Amino acid sequence: MERTRRNILKLFGISALGVSVKPVFNAFASEAGHLTGYRMEKGKNALKARQWAMVIDTRQFHSPDDLKPLIDACHQAHNVPDFENKNHEIKWIWEEEYHHAFPNKTTQFLNEAVEHRPFMVLCNHCENPPCCRACPTKATFKRKSDGIVMMDFHRCIGCRFCMAACPFGSRSFNFRDPRPGIPRLNRKFPTRTRGVVEKCNFCAERLAVGKMPYCVEASNGALAFGDLYDPDSTVRQLLKENYTIRRKQGLGTEPSVYYIV
Amino acid sequence: MNDKKWIIAGIVVFLALFTFPLWYNMGRAAPAPELILTEKAKAARECVMPEKYMRANHMQLLGQWRHAVVRNSKREFVNPEGKVFTMSLSNTCLDCHSNKADFCDKCHNYASVTPYCWDCHLDRSKENE
Repeated sequence: MERTRRNILKLFGISALGVSVKPVFNAFASEAGHLTGYRMEKGKNALKARQWAMVIDTRQFHSPDDLKPLIDACHQAHNVPDFENKNHEIKWIWEEEYHHAFPNKTTQFLNEAVEHRPFMVLCNHCENPPCCRACPTKATFKRKSDGIVMMDFHRCIGCRFCMAACPFGSRSFNFRDPRPGIPRLNRKFPTRTRGVVEKCNFCAERLAVGKMPYCVEASNGALAFGDLYDPDSTVRQLLKENYTIRRKQGLGTEPSVYYIV
Repeated sequence: MNDKKWIIAGIVVFLALFTFPLWYNMGRAAPAPELILTEKAKAARECVMPEKYMRANHMQLLGQWRHAVVRNSKREFVNPEGKVFTMSLSNTCLDCHSNKADFCDKCHNYASVTPYCWDCHLDRSKENE
């Protein structure tokens, strides 16, 4: 193009038009709240963390009865159904023996106390979660604000890729309507519907109002919960003072649930 | 073109049958349902947003609530007057509008929409059942 005064002015004009497109585009793309005057905020009591983490002192659990109150507290509050058929089982927290929980950390002759100890397992809320990469609809995602691996049940299409991707078996699929399997409904919390995957949510609904997760509350101090990246948090203190292990650490998913053995 | 009369008769019969639901129901439109408010809702005077906005946009607003709560971990709604509400269908909306059958379902049935909210979210008015 010939470099004339007219052409350069044209170029400036087009550039100015291009620059002004962005704010207009942003205005259209933003949520309608800006036009109607409302806004959405975090609650004042909400607990904040960069990455929530849990430390489980397994030395304080001796028999399945010690784990039961924790599991019951969680499952009752979150409307987790109880089906006898193992194929339909839904679990957020469950009990596992050492060999199954830590298959790559076993020896031929294992400490007997550890071998017979019940291990509480749940979603590890990995820092590098393979389930979120597998999800085609972003129904499960790593929440940036607090590191919780969340489920958006409205979006879940039930493809179960996340279940295949999760190396910990933390996810359950609702093969049938869960409501008939719930002994006592907690009407303050939704149930799930047939055809969606579910799992532990680290009690995101409780952290939002300044409370600790149900299992932590029911554990009499055997479970600690806090920010993994706050050097003064209780979990960091425990990690500093105790030798801890994580499940299948070699896979590189960086679980946020630590076990003191 | 010897079948002209049959063809025309056929078309007339077809049109009559095809439009049957239209003229059969003509002038008999079901009246739009009246909104029934609970005492609590009446006492509150205004919903989280003005009534006109809620009538037209409650579904979009609920969609935004859901997005904010689940994905952005924001659970409080501040309306233009500065009043704060917890964003929750079962615990905030149905707290005032505890008559789901009269308040939600009647209109939804009339408009022939079947929102899937209640597949998961629970009707708190049945608390004691």
